[in-house]
Amino acid sequence: MIKSATLDFPMQGLRQRITPPANCLDLNVRELWDARELLYFFVWRDLKVRYKQTAIGALWAILQPFLTMLVFSLFFGRLAHIPSDGLPHSVFYYSALLAWIYFSTALQHATNTMVENQRVITKVYFPRLLLPLASVTSGLVDLGFGFIVFLGMLLYYHIQPGSAILLVPVFLLLAILTALGVGVWLSALNAIYRDVRYVVPFLIQFWMFASPVAYPSSLVPERWRWLYGLNPMAGVVEGFRWSLTGHGQPPSLLLGVSAGMVSILLVGGVLYFSKVEGTIADVL
Amino acid sequence: MSDVVIRAENLGKRYHLGERERYLALRDLLARAMSAPARFLIPEGHQRNGHHKNGARSHIWALRDACLEVRRGEVVGLIGRNGAGKSTLLKILSRITKPTTGSADIFGRVGSLLEVGTGFHPELTGSENIYLCGAILGMSKREIKQKFDEIVAFAEVEKFLSTPVKHYSSGMYVRLAFSVAAHLEPEVLLVDEVLAVGDASFQKKCLGKMGQVSHEGRTIVFVSHNMAAVKALCNRAILMGDGAVIASGTVADVVDDYLLGAASEASVKEWRDPALAPGNESLRLSYIRIVSAEGKPVIDIDSGADIEIGLENFRQNINLGFNVRVSNSEGVLVFVSHHRLSPDNDSRCGFYRAKCRIPGHLLNAGCYSVDLGVNKDQRYSLLRLESVVSFEVENTATGRGANMGVAPGVVRPLLSWCHSFEEKPSYKEESSWVKVVGQTERVCRP
Repeated sequence: MIKSATLDFPMQGLRQRITPPANCLDLNVRELWDARELLYFFVWRDLKVRYKQTAIGALWAILQPFLTMLVFSLFFGRLAHIPSDGLPHSVFYYSALLAWIYFSTALQHATNTMVENQRVITKVYFPRLLLPLASVTSGLVDLGFGFIVFLGMLLYYHIQPGSAILLVPVFLLLAILTALGVGVWLSALNAIYRDVRYVVPFLIQFWMFASPVAYPSSLVPERWRWLYGLNPMAGVVEGFRWSLTGHGQPPSLLLGVSAGMVSILLVGGVLYFSKVEGTIADVL
Repeated sequence: MSDVVIRAENLGKRYHLGERERYLALRDLLARAMSAPARFLIPEGHQRNGHHKNGARSHIWALRDACLEVRRGEVVGLIGRNGAGKSTLLKILSRITKPTTGSADIFGRVGSLLEVGTGFHPELTGSENIYLCGAILGMSKREIKQKFDEIVAFAEVEKFLSTPVKHYSSGMYVRLAFSVAAHLEPEVLLVDEVLAVGDASFQKKCLGKMGQVSHEGRTIVFVSHNMAAVKALCNRAILMGDGAVIASGTVADVVDDYLLGAASEASVKEWRDPALAPGNESLRLSYIRIVSAEGKPVIDIDSGADIEIGLENFRQNINLGFNVRVSNSEGVLVFVSHHRLSPDNDSRCGFYRAKCRIPGHLLNAGCYSVDLGVNKDQRYSLLRLESVVSFEVENTATGRGANMGVAPGVVRPLLSWCHSFEEKPSYKEESSWVKVVGQTERVCRP
């Protein structure tokens, strides 16, 4: 097709075909790649706007996990005596919260992104997948700030992470893909059914208790561990804690199940997204 | 070599009624799921006209079997009434939404301008928004960087580049937004009615920019209700109605076609059936028409218009009269005109016909509505009809030269000016702070 087009129209190589929405997958990966600069601009906009007109600006990126950590240490650690794998409570919670807060904000952001950008979506074309992609990408900067604080905490408590810290990028990638997989689903669904927006806060709350954020996964009985792993964030959170501190359990089986689950979520999400993408401007 | 840039075949777009205005909630989905078994029983073909059992339409074809071809370098004006499918067609061609049926091919990079300020974020500064908006419209970062100064100069906002655009005046906002869009350089440009922004001088600048773009040999599809602009910019026009392409051809032909159809609908009211005619025990209206004078098909600034009123009177020997109030689309009363049918208390039962001429070069271009009041003794109202007819005065270039925008003002008289010129001012030179230098240039002297 493209070859004949270039023969007929030697001055131009680009041909765009507009057809009714297909039933099968029509994800245009090349188009997505060509639009990477726009992805950069979307992320840049999110970052620029996020802490505009706040008194302490990006300090919020540090305060959010830090204050949550204080609350958790007090109630779950001091008062409820939940075991912490031999780590100081603050380090135990903070290492998990780093991953969890990234995930939950990215998810909330992704859910609303199509609706928030409806004016742009209904007026100009670009690969819509860029929006949820930008949502999960811009959260990484906050995660970076939070990480700096974590390094300070490691120094303070004289904790030496082992060589497992080299695996942090793997768990980070898994966290990104989980956020993207679920975020893509929710962003498309929220564009069509606004109910999603009200469900997501509860979803996130339940999900946190289904992940080893406030407790170690060793509390989960061995024979239910595989089922627990169906929650991809279980592997991510436990993995974060283990690779950052060297304490806890290397999430072996858990990680395998989680990775499988993420793949299913992501592929399914992208399929669904590309199916509704073509007419999403009509329902926004 | 064929040089078709846009080729659309049988494009159709169906909207479910209500879907566009109101978003779906889960309960709608549940309701639809409940009724789904019933719908399976009816073959798809029978649902095509979109009627439910109770007769309500469930969907509407905003675009139906639209075919068009645009060649390289053509500037095509897409005209038609509201709801004719122009914007839907543009949305499909710019890939914002997909068609329900048919297909289209576009060869070359497409840029679409469906709104001024797409992607602007109020919290970001002017220069940040130039980058953001440019990127969203499809420019690369390098391209924006190259044109940055040009964009800023065109928008005349140099001093406010580091101010968040939420603090901009609406004029500055629009200027900046248009300026970014105007510097987009795609091979195919799709433009919706976005030129009607800013003040008159900026509008002129925008139209000039559009004209310049079209001379560069790029292909433009331009949706507009401004017929003067279409006539000036386009070399072909396509008329749409009810979602289909009705006519395509030279601008002059198609525009006249359109205006003729659009004009006669609201501006002529005739009641053949007395039972339906507005009236009471005193009188009954039989017709009121606003038609263009001099046999022209449309009312424009040059032609003026005739008002024709026919009424049936039932009361004898009264002082019968009426007044006509003409207001513009902003609700400003432009003028009131009285006429007495029987000033000497000698009205008779039967038909009165009255006619008058609104001269050319009086009303400005725009839409007008007409109120009619019939009265007795010029005081007691017998019948009042608000907005009984409406009419549109089309813009012409008379007295406006190259500027095809609509001139501001309620009226647009064609005034004859006279002027004189002298080499030196006639008043005493030494006391003057104004001096004529050369031919026409004037400078201030401290």
